[in-house]
Amino acid sequence: MQKRRTILFSSLCLMVVALFAIDMMVGSVSITANEVWAAITGGECDPIKAKIILDVRLVKAIVAILAGAALAVSGLQMQTLFRNPLAGPYVLGVSSGASLGVALFILGAPLLGVASSPALTSLGVAGAAWIGAAAVLALVAAVSRRIKDIMVILILGMMIGSAVSAIVQILQYMSNEEALKSFVVWTMGSLGDVTTSQLWLVATAIVAGLTLAVAVIKPMNMMLLGETYARTMGLNIGRTRSLILLSTTLLAGTVTAFCGPVGFIGLAIPHLARAIFLDADHRTLMPATMLTGAVALLVCDIVSKLLTLPVNTVTALLGIPIVVWVVIRNKNIV
Amino acid sequence: MIQFKDLTLGYGSRILIEELSAQIKGGELTALVGRNGTGKSTLLRAITGIEQPLKGSILIDGKELSAITTAQLATLVAYVTTDKVRIANLRCRDVVALGRAPYTNWIGRMQEQDEAIVMRSMAQVGMESYADKTMDKMSDGECQRIMIARALAQQTPIILLDEPTAFLDMPNRYELCTLLQELAHQQNKCILFSTHELDIATSLCDSIALISPPKMHLLPTTEMVQSGLIEQLFTSGRISFSTTQRNVSIE
Repeated sequence: MQKRRTILFSSLCLMVVALFAIDMMVGSVSITANEVWAAITGGECDPIKAKIILDVRLVKAIVAILAGAALAVSGLQMQTLFRNPLAGPYVLGVSSGASLGVALFILGAPLLGVASSPALTSLGVAGAAWIGAAAVLALVAAVSRRIKDIMVILILGMMIGSAVSAIVQILQYMSNEEALKSFVVWTMGSLGDVTTSQLWLVATAIVAGLTLAVAVIKPMNMMLLGETYARTMGLNIGRTRSLILLSTTLLAGTVTAFCGPVGFIGLAIPHLARAIFLDADHRTLMPATMLTGAVALLVCDIVSKLLTLPVNTVTALLGIPIVVWVVIRNKNIV
Repeated sequence: MIQFKDLTLGYGSRILIEELSAQIKGGELTALVGRNGTGKSTLLRAITGIEQPLKGSILIDGKELSAITTAQLATLVAYVTTDKVRIANLRCRDVVALGRAPYTNWIGRMQEQDEAIVMRSMAQVGMESYADKTMDKMSDGECQRIMIARALAQQTPIILLDEPTAFLDMPNRYELCTLLQELAHQQNKCILFSTHELDIATSLCDSIALISPPKMHLLPTTEMVQSGLIEQLFTSGRISFSTTQRNVSIE
């Protein structure tokens, strides 16, 4: 058991490193491993290729690792908190909330005639996404306290998603071409839109979210038995809920703000991690989910570059079979 | 151990139990009986602090429940609910180990002593051979016993169980209640469980708490049997229960 786990963790770590390297090599210009190494270590290398590596691909690959881990952990948190295998940042409307925030910011600000500088824009997009994600989570959490039925929560998430897309359409209809274009590009989802200066903000927010996630590992294990048991074992339910929701807001909100709505990673990866590690203990599952998420998004990024597709189409096509498998396996989900 | 002071329980305008003053002693096994929907679970949940009383108070070990923190309470009261808990891929050992949560560090690290307590708790309910099995493939009765082992691992002076015998077959019911009786007598624990098994209540328990809305009567078993309260409450139409013969008769 212990040995199996060590092997799995080591191979996942190796996969992250290997895929990270491959991700740097693959793209519209192929670059060999030697050149990648030279560019990073400051060795001899074609200056154009060095620029591609350092300014574009390195940032993008780091974003892929961070975003993959963030979305996957956020999904794990939702699944444990709502005790529902179909929960995830996307399904519960958290990503929709973040999208609404971003839409209001990108499309709404020009409508109101508010001009903004680029630095203000990136912080504004992040802030808008956080507020949107947090608002939806607070709503879903408040409803789930009163209504225990899982179906109601899922339906609520879907309705929030639909309401958001309706509002976004209204905003699109009213917007000028320039704002519209930047929003449509955002909705396509891309790991490559993060600039080096934005990377610091993204990394800080995600590392903070992941740290919080690690801090609530024991409470999440207790929550597996349900709130009544968790409480009688001494858990402060209110505080734990808030910490998990804060963590998810930081994780899913940040990724949505900078990479657009990337679906299915949050929903599918925790199940993949459970199936690989055959464990429900978050002490194993939390790092397993982070690593599997990073591997998955690196793979999706490589595939998306090879086929020149938007990354969220790749995550959907790779994630959907896993979700279908989960649904079929737990026929009696509700 | 558990003391009720003018306790009124209910939801809004619906009163379940009114002005209850009684004391449940340590070292005793007490059965909580009553018809469906009369507040057995509500009373148990009130002792765990999950349900707030409408009036009055509950004292644990002489201390007001409202003055005890959730973390402290977890070292005093363990609770086994009727919830079905089946988590895929979680081994029984890990479920029982969660009972050590009030004593372990931030990540839930188990010391040697904790591991020993977990194994002993599982052995007490006869489930030590299930340590490495996962609950998704076990029967209701087996899952129930694992949840009881979890409560034992919590090592609290008070254990509350909500219909612990519900999923068990006849020999297992008696075995479980005999175990509860032993724990109460040998380890001086205060064990209160709700049940519909009047035969078990009258044969194995030291005291019986009977909810006859909106009152609760708490008497030693022999006195409860003699009082005739049980027959009164559980006679309905042609169905009647005989406390002396411990059987149900249908006219």
